[in-house]
Amino acid sequence: MSAYEISIISIIGINVILAVSLNMISGFCGQISIGHGAFFGTGAYAAALTMVGTGSVPLAILAALVTGSLLGLAVGFASLRVRTDFLAVTTIGVNFLFVGFVRKQAWLGGEMGISGIPATGFGPVGNMTMILLFAAATIALSLYISRSWMGFAFRAVGEDEGTAATLGINAGAYKLAAFGIGTALAGLAGCLYTFFTQFIAADAFDFIFSVMLMAMVVIGGIGSTWGVAVAAVGLTLLPEAIRFVNDYRLLVFGGLLVLVIRLAPSGLAGLVQKAFLAVRRS
Amino acid sequence: MGGGNGASPTAEDDAVYYFDLAVTGISFGCMYAMMSVGLTLVYGLLRILHVAHAAVFTLGAYVTVLVANATGSILLGFLAAMIVTPLFGMAIYRVMYEPLLKYRPDVPMIASIGLLIFMQDAFRIVFGEQGITFHRNAFAFTTFNVFGVTVSAVQIATIIAAAVVFTALHLFTTRTRIGIGWRATVSKPQIAASFGIDPIKVRYLNFAVGSVLAAIAGGLVAEMNNLVDPGIGFVVSYKALAIIVLGGLGSVRGTLIASLVLGLVEAYGTIFIGAWLDRDAIAFLALIVLLMIRPQGFTGARTA
Repeated sequence: MSAYEISIISIIGINVILAVSLNMISGFCGQISIGHGAFFGTGAYAAALTMVGTGSVPLAILAALVTGSLLGLAVGFASLRVRTDFLAVTTIGVNFLFVGFVRKQAWLGGEMGISGIPATGFGPVGNMTMILLFAAATIALSLYISRSWMGFAFRAVGEDEGTAATLGINAGAYKLAAFGIGTALAGLAGCLYTFFTQFIAADAFDFIFSVMLMAMVVIGGIGSTWGVAVAAVGLTLLPEAIRFVNDYRLLVFGGLLVLVIRLAPSGLAGLVQKAFLAVRRS
Repeated sequence: MGGGNGASPTAEDDAVYYFDLAVTGISFGCMYAMMSVGLTLVYGLLRILHVAHAAVFTLGAYVTVLVANATGSILLGFLAAMIVTPLFGMAIYRVMYEPLLKYRPDVPMIASIGLLIFMQDAFRIVFGEQGITFHRNAFAFTTFNVFGVTVSAVQIATIIAAAVVFTALHLFTTRTRIGIGWRATVSKPQIAASFGIDPIKVRYLNFAVGSVLAAIAGGLVAEMNNLVDPGIGFVVSYKALAIIVLGGLGSVRGTLIASLVLGLVEAYGTIFIGAWLDRDAIAFLALIVLLMIRPQGFTGARTA
């Protein structure tokens, strides 16, 4: 396997974790977050500092999970105060604040970022394998949650918070749970990203990246684990496969986002389901 | 700029420096106001956060610079922008928002973000990454000395433009039949409709007026930077979201106050908190704090 293929597969794995975890928050539980890059970045920075300080891989993973989740819970508390589009605006604000804060902090490397992060010692193939295992685990967890009581409660809260509360579902607790789990996984993705690049700077976690992740979720079909995972793979490969797309990445992503919302709001998953039903009926 | 000239700063130098920051803050505030009022108008009528307003702003900046360079008249550039952008704004409503009104409010908002990044990349592809400068920009380089502070003609033009535009808007909405019908539709759509006001026409009017204001703001920012690049509207777009929330959602007066306050806070904030936070992040800090304390904004009564 060439170094190029290994790096592409690693990035795909990271994006799958990010998109699937965002889908737990925004798809299952209906809490639109356009600041997922901030949690990704928090995990990346926590892992980088831990690696520089101790060189321990398990500690770095733990630090990323915990810090991502802590920031996520803080934003989760915001979701108890504000809803729908205003929650989205809040998460956008969190993303801008994260980048604006990190860029000014000398201990986080400021504008230059953190470089020379110690390697995991697994080699590129080992890192890639680890990333793929975590991606598979994330998909499995997402599928499990989707079928569990918690997944049912998430969807109830996402559909109609008032009705969910009437049914005795503690909407606030489930929103916090969705944010806590989803952002912990985003932190994990950040840690894997740090292992993969060994160099991080704030710009990699900016708002545009968060919009890209939301585009993966919406295009894949918001709420569908498989749809979102497939979209994450496809939309990561697309710019690599087609030169045109690589040059005009934002044009394509932005355009697809508008077209999907406008013409097929349930995304790829919805289209596949419709096609499947049509075939079965005929 | 003001400040000491290497020697130990005197009290007078300090005063000049603070006055200089005030001028910068107010002119930025006026620009934010012209940008944000369009968002407030759309929010007040349709309850949509019109992020793609920044694309209208950017289009306004491009049309201004292109026409100004082609004709040699900056005034013609502004006029052309004020004709083109309302058409674009109304098209956004017709093609994108109208069919999405039936969904939750975050759906049109995400579509709006998608449209904005699409348009930004389109501007980059069509007009190039480096951006376009004015061939002749007498405005930006003419400066006046006011109480020892250097003030550029663009800053003065921005403040005057904002004063004229908002006075005109005020007169339009209080003294003309169309304006009164517009306000009536915003506050009580059904009753206004039963008095024979066409709500759809009001929506188009709304987008047209907001877009004209954004075009003026875009042209002025282009003058101020003497450059129009694809990212000109990027940060402004999200700041405008913060401003309309701070201004109490749907309230034009609140938006004006919030814009001026933000302009001044940013100008002075760079001295006090610039060391640990980017200037552009100040608006979001204020936004998040306010949303957590008062989710309904300063004045609004709705529950967000």
